[in-house]
Amino acid sequence: MNNEEYFEAKPKDNLKIANENLKSRLLVGTGKFANNQVMNKAIASSESQVVTMALRRIDFDSEQENVLNFIPKGCILLPNTSGARTADEAVRIAKIARAAGCGNWIKIEVIKDNKYLLPDNYETIKATEILAKDGFVVLPYMSPDLMVAKQLVEVGAAAVMPLGAPIGSNQGLQTKEMIRILINEISLPIIVDAGIGKPSQAAEAMELGAAAVLVNTAIATAKNPVLMAEAFRDAVKAGRTAYLAGPGATKDYADASSPLTGFLNNQSE
Amino acid sequence: MDFYRMSQQYDELNIERYLNSIDDQDVINAINKQHLNELDYLALLSPSADKYLEQMAKRARELTIQHFGRTIGLYTPLYLADYCVNQCAYCSFNSQQQFKRNKLTLQDLEKEAGAISKTGLKHILVLTGESRSKTPVSYIKECIVLLKKYFSSISIEIYPLDVEEYKELVDVGVDGLTIYQEVYNEEIYRQVHLKGPKKDYHYRLNAAERGCVAGMRSVNIGTLLGLGDFYSEAFYTGLHANYLQTKYIDVEVGVSLPRLRPFKGAFQPRTTVSDQQLVQMMLALRLYLPRVGINISTRETAKLRDAILPLGVTKMSAGVSTKVGGHSGNEEASNQFDISDERSVEEMMEMIYQNNYQPVLKDWHLFR
Ligand code: SF4
Repeated sequence: MNNEEYFEAKPKDNLKIANENLKSRLLVGTGKFANNQVMNKAIASSESQVVTMALRRIDFDSEQENVLNFIPKGCILLPNTSGARTADEAVRIAKIARAAGCGNWIKIEVIKDNKYLLPDNYETIKATEILAKDGFVVLPYMSPDLMVAKQLVEVGAAAVMPLGAPIGSNQGLQTKEMIRILINEISLPIIVDAGIGKPSQAAEAMELGAAAVLVNTAIATAKNPVLMAEAFRDAVKAGRTAYLAGPGATKDYADASSPLTGFLNNQSE
Repeated sequence: MDFYRMSQQYDELNIERYLNSIDDQDVINAINKQHLNELDYLALLSPSADKYLEQMAKRARELTIQHFGRTIGLYTPLYLADYCVNQCAYCSFNSQQQFKRNKLTLQDLEKEAGAISKTGLKHILVLTGESRSKTPVSYIKECIVLLKKYFSSISIEIYPLDVEEYKELVDVGVDGLTIYQEVYNEEIYRQVHLKGPKKDYHYRLNAAERGCVAGMRSVNIGTLLGLGDFYSEAFYTGLHANYLQTKYIDVEVGVSLPRLRPFKGAFQPRTTVSDQQLVQMMLALRLYLPRVGINISTRETAKLRDAILPLGVTKMSAGVSTKVGGHSGNEEASNQFDISDERSVEEMMEMIYQNNYQPVLKDWHLFR
């Protein structure tokens, strides 16, 4: 891409998931905030257009405590199946979410392991298949594995969401190599979900070529969540721009300005 | 291998001697470790860790916010009946105590459920004394079916059951089990459980595990602080929680830290667990098991509960009555024990918000 093409392309650099064109490549979560007002402000300052929340947490009976009432208008709701231990349970939760008016996007989260909260890839594939057939826009959260990602594509996922590190660990891109492989090999958007603890790590994921990142703990538990949301917004933009700009390759050796082997080429002169 | 056999490995360990051998460096190492083993946990419980409570508290707060966020789950107990065939030396429902016993009819229960659900709570803990004749599993099941209309999560704190019986309750909508061993020391266990089926130490000890096998989503254990030696009771509680969490990875394990409270009767705790020890145990548990739920009930004073809110607690009870029918105004019944923190759900929520935390009234829903 030359400069002109780039400046042409940039304004249209939207993230397309299903039929939605998203300007923002930052997805945010609603858990762990100190209160719903702060959450509302943080989401607003993140400029995120897709907001995930656990269906099990939604209290439809309570105006004040119902998280849905605090999600800025215009955001796409991404209910998640947190609490599901099997594909079956995830499917049930997804259907209830749709029936309750949360739209037809769903983030599959099937977790059997309470110690590390790692996803069960096998059950995730099963749930994705059933729900995609049923007309859902399915975004599965998974442990990065190429074969699993390929199967998720095959069964109808709308994007693939590998973890960067265990949920809430704030450890950043511990699975970087695996994610790089997914980005190279999978045609769907790769959204890094879980583990991102700092804006610099979000930028790193974006520079790597991730289509988007999902952040919750790092924003919700920051001293100033609203400010942190803003920092993530900017970091994601910066990382994306850097990716589009095509960073120079990292090299193990410095390029000497007068090449050490230059004399070989000069010999014939 | 069940927990009993696993814990026998530590019979050889002379806890007192071990605790005395722990020095400052052991404590500092444990605080800074990523993954603590059971001996690190013991180091954090030791008298040497006294001086490091502040460091432990900082780490505990970080870990808790990291894993649970700035949230505190709220629930309230609901007593079905106070009939009991056991003689636990420390409890007012003890069969030797003379008072007019009560049991909720389904109509009473509906009133009680209505009163609680008006407060906004979605999680309840159903309690009853041990009486298979007055409150058989079939009665408890009927109650659960009714309560499902009002609440999104129902836990039980009732007499220990077989796996099949737990399964029956899970099938009608119970998702959590609370069962305290009361005291891990077998000798003391025998001394304070004078009569009744509860005398069977092993049946009770394995109940938490039977609950896991039966498909409970959350299992909450605890020792009644004050009955046995603080250090070893705290140690075995942690071991038990870790055992369950490691073996049943799909179960959310929680630990309660109840201290003995005044009740009808003359029993005096063997040891008094100080506020400082209670806090130390909570912090040590958090560092040892970062993802375990920690529950502090209204046995503790409002002042203490407010102070420890940011340190590791994940769940608190609110708007509590420890008598049968207590939520819908039955003044006749007896308390199981006296509570300290009498605040309503609304007041608790206010306090939690003021501390910059979010009270969570609903965090689970059984989607069937
Ligand atoms: S503690 Fe439980 S089993 Fe023991 S007397 Fe009281 S109600 Fe009965």
